Amino acid sequence: MALPDQREAVFARIREALQRPAPHRHDGHVDYDMSGHSGVEAPPPESDAFRAWLPSVGSSIDDQITLFAQNAAALKADFRPVTSLDEAARQLAVLASENGWKRVASHRHSVASGLAEKLGLPCLLTDAGYAAADLEQCDAAITGCDALVAQTGSVLVTTASAGGRALSVLPPHHIVIARRSQIVPDLASALQLVRKLYAPNWPSFLSFITGPSRTGDIERILVLGAHGPKKLTIFLLS
Amino acid sequence: MITFAKDFKNTAARITKDLRHRGLIQRALHSYEVKRDEFKGRYQNWSEARQAASEIKWEAINHLDKYLQEFIAKLEARGTRVYVAGTGDQARDYILSVAKENNVRTIIKSKSMTAEEIDLNEALEHAGCTVFESDLGEYIVQLRHEKPYHLVFPAMHLTREEISDLFQKELGSEPTNSPEELTMIARRAMRQNYCRADMGISGANFAVAETGMISITENEGNARLTTALPKIHVAILGIEKIVPHLEDLALFLPMLATSGAGQPLTCYNSLFGGPRQPGEVDGPEQFHVVLLDNRRTELLADAEQRDSLHCIRCGACLNVCPIFKNVGGHSYGTTYQGPIGSVITPHLRGLQNWKHLSSASSLCGACTETCPVGIDLHHHLLHNRRNAINEKPLWLEKILYGSLVILLRRPWLYWIAGKLGVIFFPLHKLVNGTPLDPLHNWTKTREFPAPARESFSDYWRKKKSAKEVNRGTP
Repeated sequence: MALPDQREAVFARIREALQRPAPHRHDGHVDYDMSGHSGVEAPPPESDAFRAWLPSVGSSIDDQITLFAQNAAALKADFRPVTSLDEAARQLAVLASENGWKRVASHRHSVASGLAEKLGLPCLLTDAGYAAADLEQCDAAITGCDALVAQTGSVLVTTASAGGRALSVLPPHHIVIARRSQIVPDLASALQLVRKLYAPNWPSFLSFITGPSRTGDIERILVLGAHGPKKLTIFLLS
Repeated sequence: MITFAKDFKNTAARITKDLRHRGLIQRALHSYEVKRDEFKGRYQNWSEARQAASEIKWEAINHLDKYLQEFIAKLEARGTRVYVAGTGDQARDYILSVAKENNVRTIIKSKSMTAEEIDLNEALEHAGCTVFESDLGEYIVQLRHEKPYHLVFPAMHLTREEISDLFQKELGSEPTNSPEELTMIARRAMRQNYCRADMGISGANFAVAETGMISITENEGNARLTTALPKIHVAILGIEKIVPHLEDLALFLPMLATSGAGQPLTCYNSLFGGPRQPGEVDGPEQFHVVLLDNRRTELLADAEQRDSLHCIRCGACLNVCPIFKNVGGHSYGTTYQGPIGSVITPHLRGLQNWKHLSSASSLCGACTETCPVGIDLHHHLLHNRRNAINEKPLWLEKILYGSLVILLRRPWLYWIAGKLGVIFFPLHKLVNGTPLDPLHNWTKTREFPAPARESFSDYWRKKKSAKEVNRGTP
């Protein structure tokens, strides 16, 4: 690159600026004269401590599924616990005919791609690469996921678990296939799970999807389906 | 330099009188307040969460060199090109050079206040590129050739009718007063742009040092599409966006959503750690991260106000500010509006030019109270006032206060001044509120209080002597 990077100059300014210590804030009070400054810094809190302050989550899996279902309903996501693959396939076929799907997309996945093919519709698999314009023509995307987060009603996807970056956001209806074992209580455990699954070979993209795409940019009135999916359906297989 | 202050005063005076505008803003912010309080109420302990968020940002900002180095090293190890820009010009030139090298014609952009700060769109358009803002609010203000009104809600000053007229004129769409239909018009207009754009530009909400990832928070899905389909992704962010650990996001993401938009969690919270990796099916071939200083290091050097770099740009301080609610976002004339804008703009663009914003405050402290990372905003407004006056004293004010000291230290002089006040006050009535009035600045909007007919010391003296008469002197 022809342009010289300014990092040396910027880092020099940062180090120079940090020569003077900054006051801490305690109980809403800042000690600007620094007379109480002991020079010893307490380490910032760890993520496990966050749980005591953030919205509470039940400890059993069933509590967590109940909370996830409540959150999904509030977010206007369609959450469907099913007891068998056949039931999921039947419900998916009903969704396909109700919404008039003509073409769907999916990716190689132990369950998702099988369900997509059962629909008997043309099915685009993203695994070997795809043209964006083709994916844009699909009416629905059926993907896997890494986790469902009870605390927030979120679906965690990565490039590895959901067929890349675009599959779960470009088609207007996103169908997520999750297993009961993928329920996690909160965001901290979801991030710890990602670390366990992938580090140090992190996927280049991961996302917490919390309900269908939305906007409030016009008079702060909620509208679903701004640029991403208008509908989000989550199947939980147990 | 006086023009910035004058513009602010004139626009603020005009907007404050516009009752329709005030009604629109106050209705929108009221629904935000209700939702924010509902979701804050679900936290088991919001104030502890806030203290923790403040401590994590304190750690990151006060060891910025260490965390920034780690962030850059982790990104570069996975094929990301990192450019550290000292100024806005350098950041713009770098992005233009990337565009030129790759023959970029069409650019899709998701919302970034940092890009607004350096007028990136203007520079790209000047170089012959077409830039599409994909965030609905940003798209609306782009079509109006306006700056964002609010750092989170760019088009909150517009009614659906105004937006419908705009779309009719610019896009040839049918008139409608349904927000849903208007959203769908923008959705259809933008769909093809994602697929055909040569470059996607985004901002970032957080930079995770430990894993070398940027985090983007959005509701619409436009940032996800902007970063998924084009061959090149450029992210521009201020150097202060750092958080040390990945799990810190478990605290910051929900707090940002609740404070910023009254949501439990924003719809999409996405992390990006590099360009398309081996084995991945899509994603950009090139990922550029531009880290911007642009005088943030000057703010860093001010230890007293360093905590204003903790800001996560949630906009909560704007939403509660009585000044913002009345003068509106465009009056400020800055990239960052509201209390946080008034605090940091003097550092980013020059204290003497922007000190007037620190005086446009009732010092009610609502901003400090609501800030999710505990920035001492209203005290910093006072710090700016003090620094401005120390740097460039106002002589008239100095003389006035000097005279007042002389007066207050000499009771006889004070007594005479009081008598003169009573004599001259009726004369003041003749010029009251007119430009001839020496107290014009005060009296054009307020009443000047009439001096008491009898001063307190006269009253006291009279009362005392009366008592002595009654008791009789022994």
